[in-house]
Amino acid sequence: MNVALIIIFAFLALAIFLGIRARRGRDMDLEQWSVGGRGFGTIFVFLLLAGEIYTTFTFLGGSGWAYGQGGPAFYILSYGCLAYIMSYWLLPAVWRYANENRLHSQADFFVSKYGSPALGVLVSLVAVVAMVPYLALQIRGLGLIVSAASYGTISATVASIIGVVAVVVYVIISGIHGSAWTAVLKDIMVLGVVVFLGLYLPFKLYGGIGEMFHQIQAQKPDFLTLPGQGYSPAWFISTVLLTALGFYMWPHTFGSTFSAQNERVFKRNAIFMPLYQLVLLFVFFVGFAAVLKVPGLEGDKVDLSLLMISKDTFSSPVVGLIGATGLLTALVPGSMLLMVSSTLLAKNVYKAFAPSTTEAQVGTLAKILVPFVGLAALLFALSSGQAIVLLLLLGYSLVTQLFPSLLFSLMANNLVTKWGAASGIIVGVATVTYVTVTGTTIGQLLPFLPQAAADTNIGIVALAVNVVVLLVVSFATGGLAVRREQSA
Amino acid sequence: MKLMYLLAALPFIAILGGIVFANRVEPYVLGLPFILFWIVLWVVLTSGIMATIYRIDPANREDDSE
Repeated sequence: MNVALIIIFAFLALAIFLGIRARRGRDMDLEQWSVGGRGFGTIFVFLLLAGEIYTTFTFLGGSGWAYGQGGPAFYILSYGCLAYIMSYWLLPAVWRYANENRLHSQADFFVSKYGSPALGVLVSLVAVVAMVPYLALQIRGLGLIVSAASYGTISATVASIIGVVAVVVYVIISGIHGSAWTAVLKDIMVLGVVVFLGLYLPFKLYGGIGEMFHQIQAQKPDFLTLPGQGYSPAWFISTVLLTALGFYMWPHTFGSTFSAQNERVFKRNAIFMPLYQLVLLFVFFVGFAAVLKVPGLEGDKVDLSLLMISKDTFSSPVVGLIGATGLLTALVPGSMLLMVSSTLLAKNVYKAFAPSTTEAQVGTLAKILVPFVGLAALLFALSSGQAIVLLLLLGYSLVTQLFPSLLFSLMANNLVTKWGAASGIIVGVATVTYVTVTGTTIGQLLPFLPQAAADTNIGIVALAVNVVVLLVVSFATGGLAVRREQSA
Repeated sequence: MKLMYLLAALPFIAILGGIVFANRVEPYVLGLPFILFWIVLWVVLTSGIMATIYRIDPANREDDSE
């Protein structure tokens, strides 16, 4: 065991210790546990929502894509910005309804709006399926960190298993109480490490940021822009749109908005959140610094770029600190995702079929489900072999399918019926699944289309199919009639 | 009111539409390739735009006296 590994495991122990301490002497009911009693002001909701930006996806995935793809990685900086603009109007509307009806989860929202517990089951299942790749990428990240810090003594597979065990144990021992404190520690460390690496590496290795980009441009022309096909501007536009629309559709993000004290909180946050995102710029700098210095990583190995260049540049204790930061960026969101998906399965799926289940039984069942959801994510992580960014994009393609029926449900006269909502979601998810499993592209399905259409993100195409089906089925099942009655 | 929505639409137009024209390395601005500078610029401008919208939004005016 070397110094780097010892530091990483020390931080894991610290995180678990913080979790145990936070739990002592506090017993929360479901209202307290899931929405914090609805008493959080601007700063806390800001931290809650902002903390979700810094996951392994940004830390390893963001730098990995800057390293592997170059220009296309810039989409990661673009979509949050547009999502925050929409949040100014979307979140207050969601919050108002959730608060008036004392709702706890995203699935509750659909159940209440469409008057259909069955729709709640569907929404929960889609959300959990979408969260599996998201969780898988955190586990992949943990595995990469442990394996890299072991300097080759622990294989990536064994390290991934260690990663999933760590997350599962962490969730079972500490629950949500641990996440809050560890999240603060995580954000401080990420901020420090990313800004340091993003400035130090370009200046040390290239003599400056501008100098670094000039050298990359000289050796790999066009690497810094979007290519003519593949990850082209058409891909960029459709992907930014897809991820911006899906941004608040993740059950854990949607759910954290319920914790706000009033709707003003979201409007103020919309001003500051875009600036907080600029940390991503430094993540990109790290990835680009690695391009000419640790060449040769391909496929899902690109996610190693940050760790590799750190190992080449720094001594083992510093690598340990960087690894420990990475560990926290995977542990905190990973535990969130694991808890939310297990709770959704217990509360909004199981309880829908067995309404007599008590709150306490739901809690117990949720805990029992934790290792199984973790195992599903581990199998997914080990089998897919895709870069972290592509795993998240798959999750986004699925979860964004919930957006149309949510948006329609917020309108004064909702012309969408529960049948329309359900059909749209099912068709959208089925489209994404078919294309992902068979590995077809739009270009292959519809070869007569121009290149720009062929590069369009499949999630957006599925979303369009979703909306068409949603409207047709709604009209067929009386959505229009209801609307006429209401307006008459 | 209308001005508010127009302002909110600007970053969408600039990032989604503008990327077609901004997809280039030259000229470098502040050491960044132009495409990256363009996106960073709009992230910063979005923050300013949201602050302006927050000011002029009549929905926020009612209890400004608090």
